[in-house]
Amino acid sequence: MAPLFKMLEASFELFIPLVIAAIIDQGILRDNRPFVVQRFFVLLLLAVIGLTCAVTAQFFAAKAAVGFATRLRHSLFEHIQTLSFSEMDTIGTSTLITRMTSDINQVQSCVNMVLRLFLRSPFIVFGAMIMAFTVDVKGALVFVVTIPLLSIVVFTIMVITIPMFARVQKALDLVLTHTRENLSGVRVIRAFRKEKEETETFFRDNDILTRYQLAVGRVSALTNPLTLIVVDCSIVALVWLGAKEVYAGSISQGEVVALVSYMSQILVELVKLANLIVNITKSVACGNRIQAVFETEASIVSGTVCKDKESENSVVFDHVSMTYAGAKEEALTDIHFAAKKGQTIGVIGGTGSGKSSLVHLIPRFYDVSAGAVYVNGIDVREYDLEVLRSKIGMVMQKAVLFAGTIRENMKWGNQSATDEEIWNALRLAQAEDVVKGKEGELDFVIEQEGRNLSGGQRQRLTIARALVKNPDILILDDSASALDYATDAKLREALRTLSKEKTIFIVSQRTSSIRYADLILVMDDGVVTHQGTHDSLLENCEIYREIYESQFKKGGKSNEE
Amino acid sequence: MKNSQMKTLLKVLSYMKRFLPLLLLSIIFAGINVALTLYFPILTGDAIDLIIEEGRVDFDGIYLILEKGVYAVLVGAIAQWLMNVCNNRMTYGIVRDVRRDAFATLQKLPLKYLDNHSQGDVVSRIIADVDTFADGLLMGFTQLFTGVATILGTLFFMFAINGRIALAVVAITPLSLFVAAFIAKRTFSMFQLQSATRGEQTAFINEMIGNQKIVQAFHHEDENLERFDEINERLEKYSLRAIFYSSLVNPSTRFVNSIVYAVVALLGALFAMAGGITVGQLSCFLTYANQYTKPFNEISGVITELQNALVCAGRIFELMEEKQEIPDKEDAVVLSEADGSVVAEHVCFSYEPERKLIEDFNLSVKPGQRVAIVGPTGCGKTTLINLLMRFYDVREGCIKVNGIDMRNITRESLRANYGMVLQETWLKKGTIKENITMGKPDATMEEILAAAKAAHAHSFIKRLPNGYDTMITEDGGNLSAGQKQLLCITRVMLCLPPMLILDEATSSIDTRTEAKIQKAFGTMMQGRTSFIVAHRLSTIQDADVILVMKDGKIIEQGTHESLLSQNGFYRELYESQFRG
Repeated sequence: MAPLFKMLEASFELFIPLVIAAIIDQGILRDNRPFVVQRFFVLLLLAVIGLTCAVTAQFFAAKAAVGFATRLRHSLFEHIQTLSFSEMDTIGTSTLITRMTSDINQVQSCVNMVLRLFLRSPFIVFGAMIMAFTVDVKGALVFVVTIPLLSIVVFTIMVITIPMFARVQKALDLVLTHTRENLSGVRVIRAFRKEKEETETFFRDNDILTRYQLAVGRVSALTNPLTLIVVDCSIVALVWLGAKEVYAGSISQGEVVALVSYMSQILVELVKLANLIVNITKSVACGNRIQAVFETEASIVSGTVCKDKESENSVVFDHVSMTYAGAKEEALTDIHFAAKKGQTIGVIGGTGSGKSSLVHLIPRFYDVSAGAVYVNGIDVREYDLEVLRSKIGMVMQKAVLFAGTIRENMKWGNQSATDEEIWNALRLAQAEDVVKGKEGELDFVIEQEGRNLSGGQRQRLTIARALVKNPDILILDDSASALDYATDAKLREALRTLSKEKTIFIVSQRTSSIRYADLILVMDDGVVTHQGTHDSLLENCEIYREIYESQFKKGGKSNEE
Repeated sequence: MKNSQMKTLLKVLSYMKRFLPLLLLSIIFAGINVALTLYFPILTGDAIDLIIEEGRVDFDGIYLILEKGVYAVLVGAIAQWLMNVCNNRMTYGIVRDVRRDAFATLQKLPLKYLDNHSQGDVVSRIIADVDTFADGLLMGFTQLFTGVATILGTLFFMFAINGRIALAVVAITPLSLFVAAFIAKRTFSMFQLQSATRGEQTAFINEMIGNQKIVQAFHHEDENLERFDEINERLEKYSLRAIFYSSLVNPSTRFVNSIVYAVVALLGALFAMAGGITVGQLSCFLTYANQYTKPFNEISGVITELQNALVCAGRIFELMEEKQEIPDKEDAVVLSEADGSVVAEHVCFSYEPERKLIEDFNLSVKPGQRVAIVGPTGCGKTTLINLLMRFYDVREGCIKVNGIDMRNITRESLRANYGMVLQETWLKKGTIKENITMGKPDATMEEILAAAKAAHAHSFIKRLPNGYDTMITEDGGNLSAGQKQLLCITRVMLCLPPMLILDEATSSIDTRTEAKIQKAFGTMMQGRTSFIVAHRLSTIQDADVILVMKDGKIIEQGTHESLLSQNGFYRELYESQFRG
């Protein structure tokens, strides 16, 4: 709709020079006063119609642009949500967020502009040409030469500047990275007295940015002067040609004026167009970035099985290996174990030994590269993802809560949870005191990412959140690290009282946390080196013994030294 | 304009001073460009007057005029290009200077400021605000000068041709300004609503996409999409209104423009009939009428843009004027090698005056002693480290290093005597080697290898694709938390300063490796003073002094044995470890 009304507006604008020509030829030259006055009202009428059309066009343009952006945002958000962990790891969260926000805004304003001006300008340009033909064919030939010439100028500059703008954007990114890095590492930079060096590097990057900006500026500054030269030279040519035509008697003086004003209209439009080019180049870049997200396909596709098989095993790893996207080496190699229903499984091991990777395979956050993971006897790849994940309660290393009340946060796992159920979960997670101590208790409003709670409080609440879900399988991924030992012990005690049907995975670096597990997996470098109970491991597994002793040497090192 | 805006403007002007010659050149070129652009319609008008009707055309005269026209256009275009180049130079020069100064200030800001302000905010000031400022400035320079010159020039020429028609034009002009102002006022509130909703949406996106793993674990995608759509719809509504209302400015002013044009046509024609002006002059007048109102549109646009730029500039200057760290005293001592004695006398400190944190804190550390600090989260352990490194200054009392009040030592030499490993590991973008040698850029490869082996980092580094030359992405994104911590430890192992601070330095490292590193630290720190903040009590049992902190106060102080025998808080902490 927007283009249609724009065209209407533009065509009315194109009548104006004709009216003026009439005023001159029939009014002034023939001294026809009423005719002039009458034409004046025609001009006013044209103005009113122009305004109406323009307003309608603006409305549709705005609606189209905003609607487009809204749809785009919706589908992008929807799409991002389907991406699995491995895509999120490769793309990076922060760039996804920029793409969702500022990039889309840029595209929105560009679509609006294009609808408003880009359709109008070429229309006026060509319309002016056609009108010129109706006035005088020979004079119009000047237009035929001018317009391609102008297009060449505009497009050449566009083609040259687009890569230059991309370069500027890259340089700016570098400056941005540098600034952010300096802020997050301020303590280290100051401790190592690197302020001067960092400032110098920044100045260097900043100078590069300025140089690129100047280079692109110099070229794009040519647009206006060049178009000006072309158009004004054509006017000169028009007057000269017009003079000859009038001399030969084929057109009138007024018609020459009309031709000249058509040419000026073209100039005005082109200047506007030139100003838009920068905007468009930027938007194209943004559009490409958004497109790239859409093109990233989710690597994990939901299966279809919804029902469990009868199986005494809750979770089975059948010779599982896993490699992260882009990594050269396997993160997990040949993991093989079975967890029976109701068992507690402890996973212990050094930094980067693959403990988290292992438990992340259970809710199918990543796919295995060899072997298979079975939950309730069914390969997780065949499970319906929603069904699978609804069976699993996961507490991650990073304790994150969301903006909203405590109750809202607790209901994440189970929308229909009653207050009583929530309190039960809180009690189990040792978080009852935390909530009781807050104003409004369950109605206490948590700020974004739980900023107004301490690390330990957040951790307890995230455990409670997983418990509200009442899952068959509960996974605690090193999620008691911020708790002091006393609370940690109480928490473990409470977890032991849970239903006998629940399978619990506890990932930890503390032997005390997993000591009473039915099965302990000792991990080292992506491999389960030993599995067994606490006592058998103490006897057979040297690594486990070392870990245990490093934490339980009562009396301390002082005796040793 | 408000007072604060005035001040910002003055500051911007002071940055401009360096570019004064360019500014003058730019104005001159703008003048030339406008004069010639305006002269051109007169020439075409004159030429048209020479074309009267069939058989009555003065070709020689037209030729002369048109020749002049071509020259005028060429010179005008060149002047315009030069003006643009000048403006570019000026704008980007100013922006570069502003950014440089802002960054330099950043290095001197006290940590207090940086801790209290979100990083995103500071970054957006230095990047986005400066960028908007640049855009506004560039547009301002280019369009304001030409715009004003065009208006003045057109008026001048119009009055020169015919005063009465010109008067009529002037009389209608305010209408255009009035319409623009009227709409702008209406739009403003819509824009405010729009940006508020946009902010809400960004916050939501940040939260949900940033924690997508949890969202997926709880299968909360559908609820999220619902909430997202709700915000999105509201945003659509407000955006639509804001954009629509603001886009009315253009057609409305164009409408006023058309009226002016029509009036000029009417009056001009009447005058022409009366013989007051020629047809050529009328054509010229019409062109002017077209050109005359355009700058008004542009200027009103420029003014919003400039105001926006000023707001951004204000935010940047605000950052730059933040109180900087108190500079080192002129007679401050350069501490070449500290002996390692640290004495705190009656130290009081708090981040906010109304919430007291550390009060009357006394401590005496002899050279080579190991000091451990333990206590529950949030008890002020890290604050103590902040004071020792002089990231913050004490409020009362003093801390002496080497027997000298810290405030009388240059910060640089004080910090050179500390080696620090923090809980939050930070690595910069660069190779592993560059990160390790931060404290000692001239280290040899043997030294690096020795340090890496001592920190037990060598085995994982050599497995990386390019070993020590592997690039680390921003903030070490491609390494695990434990690996990052090992690198930070290597960094300190390499430069061996006389005093060491370990703030939960091994929290992400498994206990087995930790024990080994502790041993390496032990041998390395022989004869060096060290401060260790730790969660796991096993790692600090052989410390010379253990400080037990709670709620910002030191409640117990002594060796492991003496503290255990006190049967106090320490014992409680210690025993909770073994409860299973």
